[in-house]
Amino acid sequence: MVSPTRPLSPYLHYRWRHTNTLSFLHRIAGLMLSLGLLLLICWLMSLASGPKAYARASAVLSMSLFTLVYPVLLIAFAYHLVAGIRHLAWDSGRGLEREAARRSALVVAFLVVVLVLGSGYLLFAWRHVA
Amino acid sequence: MSLRSPLGTALGSGSAKQGVHHWWVQRLTAVALVPLALWLVVSLVALPSLNYTTVAAWMSGSWTALALVLFVLTASLHSQLGVRVIVEDYVHGSGAKMAALIVLTFIHVLIAAAGVLAILKVAFGWAS
Repeated sequence: MVSPTRPLSPYLHYRWRHTNTLSFLHRIAGLMLSLGLLLLICWLMSLASGPKAYARASAVLSMSLFTLVYPVLLIAFAYHLVAGIRHLAWDSGRGLEREAARRSALVVAFLVVVLVLGSGYLLFAWRHVA
Repeated sequence: MSLRSPLGTALGSGSAKQGVHHWWVQRLTAVALVPLALWLVVSLVALPSLNYTTVAAWMSGSWTALALVLFVLTASLHSQLGVRVIVEDYVHGSGAKMAALIVLTFIHVLIAAAGVLAILKVAFGWAS
């Protein structure tokens, strides 16, 4: 195959905007959730393999290595959920204008922060109650 | 009998509606995942404990098992469609791209099958 020397589409230098950062983060978060799904399936398989296997898996999944994974997955989930709903609104033809898109980007960022802090607080509170 | 050539017939017919299939299924699974994923996260967090008996008892409820199976199938499909687009955009070279797509599709089929198998085993009390 001849490597093309012509410019490839899209041959653009994107100016940084909070909107294109959000767009990129949607993919990153989605990819993280795919890995989270893989983790969930491993956990389910250990559960299906009986109490001994489940105890082994629980020991691995509660290692300090994973203490960072769960908050990251929670943030990725909150972000992918809210940004995904924004994408669905776009698909219906709404909010595509530049100003509307910039505004909805800020709404997404705000909602994600609220969701993450709220659920984080609940998790922390529950864990202390239990 | 029409004397129009096959090409002439096809030209006026618009697309075969295959191009939007990926796009449509990705949106369809996204809509389904909003309640399913929210339910799963809230249920897991609300479990009083994550020990074997508690989780197995929770999963043996018919509605829980049903929702879990739906979640695993929908999430696997949605994940496969999403990862596919990322590979198509960032993996260059037709050989590497094809290999990555094949491997990732296999992994997603494995994820879906393993998930359903595990849920059903626990739900039916066959876990061992």
